[in-house]
Amino acid sequence: MQFAVFSGFLLAAFTPLLSARFRDRLGWVLALLPASLAVWFAMQLPLIMSGEVLVQTMEWIPGLGISLTMTLDGLSLLFALLISVIGTFVLLYASSYLHGHQDLTRFYVVLLSFMASMLGLVLSDSLITLFVFWELTSITSYLLIGFNHQDASARKAALQGLLITVGGGLALLAGMVLLAQGAGSYSLQEILTQGEVLREYPLYLPMLLCLLGGAFTKSAQFPFHFWLPNAMAAPTPVSSYLHSATMVKAGVYLLARLHPALGGTEAWQFILPLFGATTMFVGAFMAIRSTGIKKLLAYSTVMALGTLTLLLGIGTEKAMLAFAAFLLGHSLYKGALFMVAGALDHSTGTKEVPEMGGLRHLMPVTMVAAVVAGLSLAGLPPLFGFVAKELMFEAVLGGSVLKAFTLTLAFAAAALGIAVAGVVVLRPFFGALKTTPKKPHEADWPMLAGPLTLAFLSLLFGVMPGMAGSLLVLPASSAVAGYEISYGLSLWHGINAPLLLSIASLIVGGLVFRHWDAYRAKVAVLNPIIARGPEAGYFKLMDGLVWIADWQTRWLQNGSMRNYLTVILLTFVGLTGYTLIWRYQLHWNWDIQVQLHELVTVGLLVAATTVVFLTRSRLGAVASMGVVGFAVALIFILFSAPDLGITQILVETLTVILLVLVLFRLPSFGNLSTPTQRIRDALVAAATGVLMTLLIMVTIDVQLVPSISSVMIEQSQPLAYGRNIVNVILVDFRSLDTLGEIFVLALAALGVYAMLRLHPETAPGANHLAGSLILPPLKKQAKKSPPKECASTAQPEQGKESAS
Amino acid sequence: MEPIMAIVVGLLFAASVYMMLRRSIVKLVIGLMLLSNAANLLIFTASGLTRGAPPLIPEGAMAPLGPVADPLPQALILTAIVIAFGVLAFAVVLIHRAYEIVQADDLDQMKETDS
Amino acid sequence: MMKPGTLILYAAARFLLPLQLIFSLFLLLRGHDEPGGGFIAGLVAAGAFSLYLFAFGSEVTRDLLRIDPRTMIGIGLLFGVASAFPALIHGQAFLTAQWWPIALPGGAELKLSTPLIFDIGVYLAVVGTVMTFVVALAESEEA
Repeated sequence: MQFAVFSGFLLAAFTPLLSARFRDRLGWVLALLPASLAVWFAMQLPLIMSGEVLVQTMEWIPGLGISLTMTLDGLSLLFALLISVIGTFVLLYASSYLHGHQDLTRFYVVLLSFMASMLGLVLSDSLITLFVFWELTSITSYLLIGFNHQDASARKAALQGLLITVGGGLALLAGMVLLAQGAGSYSLQEILTQGEVLREYPLYLPMLLCLLGGAFTKSAQFPFHFWLPNAMAAPTPVSSYLHSATMVKAGVYLLARLHPALGGTEAWQFILPLFGATTMFVGAFMAIRSTGIKKLLAYSTVMALGTLTLLLGIGTEKAMLAFAAFLLGHSLYKGALFMVAGALDHSTGTKEVPEMGGLRHLMPVTMVAAVVAGLSLAGLPPLFGFVAKELMFEAVLGGSVLKAFTLTLAFAAAALGIAVAGVVVLRPFFGALKTTPKKPHEADWPMLAGPLTLAFLSLLFGVMPGMAGSLLVLPASSAVAGYEISYGLSLWHGINAPLLLSIASLIVGGLVFRHWDAYRAKVAVLNPIIARGPEAGYFKLMDGLVWIADWQTRWLQNGSMRNYLTVILLTFVGLTGYTLIWRYQLHWNWDIQVQLHELVTVGLLVAATTVVFLTRSRLGAVASMGVVGFAVALIFILFSAPDLGITQILVETLTVILLVLVLFRLPSFGNLSTPTQRIRDALVAAATGVLMTLLIMVTIDVQLVPSISSVMIEQSQPLAYGRNIVNVILVDFRSLDTLGEIFVLALAALGVYAMLRLHPETAPGANHLAGSLILPPLKKQAKKSPPKECASTAQPEQGKESAS
Repeated sequence: MEPIMAIVVGLLFAASVYMMLRRSIVKLVIGLMLLSNAANLLIFTASGLTRGAPPLIPEGAMAPLGPVADPLPQALILTAIVIAFGVLAFAVVLIHRAYEIVQADDLDQMKETDS
Repeated sequence: MMKPGTLILYAAARFLLPLQLIFSLFLLLRGHDEPGGGFIAGLVAAGAFSLYLFAFGSEVTRDLLRIDPRTMIGIGLLFGVASAFPALIHGQAFLTAQWWPIALPGGAELKLSTPLIFDIGVYLAVVGTVMTFVVALAESEEA
């Protein structure tokens, strides 16, 4: 199974190479991979049907106990089959739909990566790998929505989808960490056995809310639903694959996966049906007021996702069955309908339903696929959509929490869903032929293979619901329920409440369809309210973010280093001082033993520092700094650190050389600050100094952690054969640190070299334009040096400054 | 001796911070040098001061004969001294180049040039 | 600053350089047992070259060094990293010290080891770094 996942990534990596070899046939060649994966998954059906779970483990980082485990049970298998089967057709479809597109290869690369990520998501056993694949699907979805990157609205929609799903991903990560804390494991198999522990977990509610945050954003539940219709900016194969059949179902998948462990609590049974039913109704309602064929389908996908969430929330055996059946049914008909929509758009040149009509003679094959899939969407016998809808009504009727609310919304949504099916299928193909921007023609076979096969499967499973049940629906619903479910799916249940509800919804839906245009005009009254919906909130939030970024840049990152320093120091003094005093109190051990020569050395140090502090001459300051350095060296030597003393003296010598070479090329000291500034700075400096003194006094008295030095002293000779313990620590015990330090030295040297030697004439990468953007030439500079050079040489400094 | 050193280190820190908060870039360099000395002495003092017992093992022995000064902070400080030198060189050259380009040694004035 | 030095400086630099270099090698090799080591020895050598540079200018010093100081840094880092690998051959953790004592005629023993290789790497990196600073600064001054 690991191979199934990684083969997708591998093929994606080699696609650019294959592209040159196969050219127009590339899509067909690539489709061989999902097709063979589909065959492999189908071969696992007998095993899974018998209730087994296939587990494959691959060691990844054995030292940390991290392995790449993949599991295949009924739920994973249903998803894996949908991903690979629809993936096959989508690749074929795209080869024709995007024929001759300049970025077609890139499209294949991203689509294959998505497929692999999605497979990884549904097969992962570890929460961590699941999360990684989850985020990968968000990223590939972003790239695919923004595929037509010259189009500003596509870019905007892509970013919106990314921000919402990735924002939800952050909540999901938090939820997963809580989940793993509660269950004591990151493995889903382990977590599913910890249901009782988890339901009693004190942090159950925050954990559930975090997980729902991830699932609801991914699966476009109200109030996060708006990104999905906007994602229709993607090419139609993408809408068909990611935004109806697979990726948007990842959120629902996660909830279904965790249902045995987390489901059944009051919070679960309240929140899920509430949001599910609301989403269902909002999706249906928004669908019927749209005219673009893809928007119609997108909102009806929102509706279906709401239905799935509602069913998971109800949580009865019937609901689990309905969940699996609805999931399968929806993926089949919605995948097909999106491909039909793409064919219509491709052939007529418009996406607007009111502009299409009477295409039945011109596109007969497309029409057949559309009608069969549309009947399934409407939930009419003998299609699989009917079976799923009956089960859905039955489950809702059998629910306990919020029953009246969910039943009303489910009925309304079903009725509107029928109207949507009518609009999508009947309007374009029947009635009088309308003139369209392009002359309509029948689609090519690669664009027909998908819709026809999927529509055929809808019909087959509808006619033989028992087969669909035992092959796919029962294993999946058993996995969701957490116990074995046996039930025979059938078309005809006799005259009962669900059937009556179906008939009633058909009548209402039919009426809405007949008066669609009038109905749309009436609903338009509500437009101002809809404009204030969740999407407006999203834009407010984005504007707010930009505003905050703007504000904080102007106030906090204002470019004044002295302000930064003051803020950093005061924060440090405040926090450290607070901790110091409250936790350790003041230590003031005045037990002083001091010898005269030590006192003289220290006195020298203080005197030299005072001179540095007060002098107005650069030479005086440099000379006094030298005295400071040698006094420090003397202190090192007096207190048993010969190595330090020698190093300090040598460095001090080299520092003088350095300062002689550079410092005197700089201007002399200026007195620039106002007295108020001086007093303020002096206070900051004094506070820092006092804190440091107190800190040392505490550190001497308090030993929090046993020292590791004694081990190093003892082991220096026996283990490292060295008698200079300081050197042994540097080159043996802690040599990795030293290695890092010499790398730092090397970087400093290269930095200095680059600054001194690389001038704009010699630096190949120097960008004059970029430099001038950062540093507009001043009048003053123009006099002293040519502004062109000023502008471009400033660039390296800019980079370093922001990096430090 | 430690209390006296603690006060001296405090003074060094105060002086270095005050110098670093000045507008003149040359004073900033001086402040930086004082800061590295202050930090090294902070670590050195905080680990306790020992007289006349360097962390060396006499020839032929397997361990020091008596208690010796703590070698670990010494190893830390040794690299810190050398690195401080590297950083100082980097800072000095950076400031020098910046001065060459903007012809201003006042940090506030420099700031105005990079809006 | 880079004006030709005085006669005393010439003489001092010419005579001190070999002495200082030998002293730096001595500090490097005895560093494991007595005060010294790669950092200190490197600084001593760098100081010697800097003195020479003050006396004779950067051009002559460059010729004396034979290799570019930046190359020297690279070699130093390579030594440092190379000392990390012998341990892997023996299946030990990265950077674990390895010892190959060689008996010399006359009862002496040469303690060849990865920490020594590492210390030589430190030495070269320090010399290279300081000389990069000094040579680059001196040349920008001369230019």
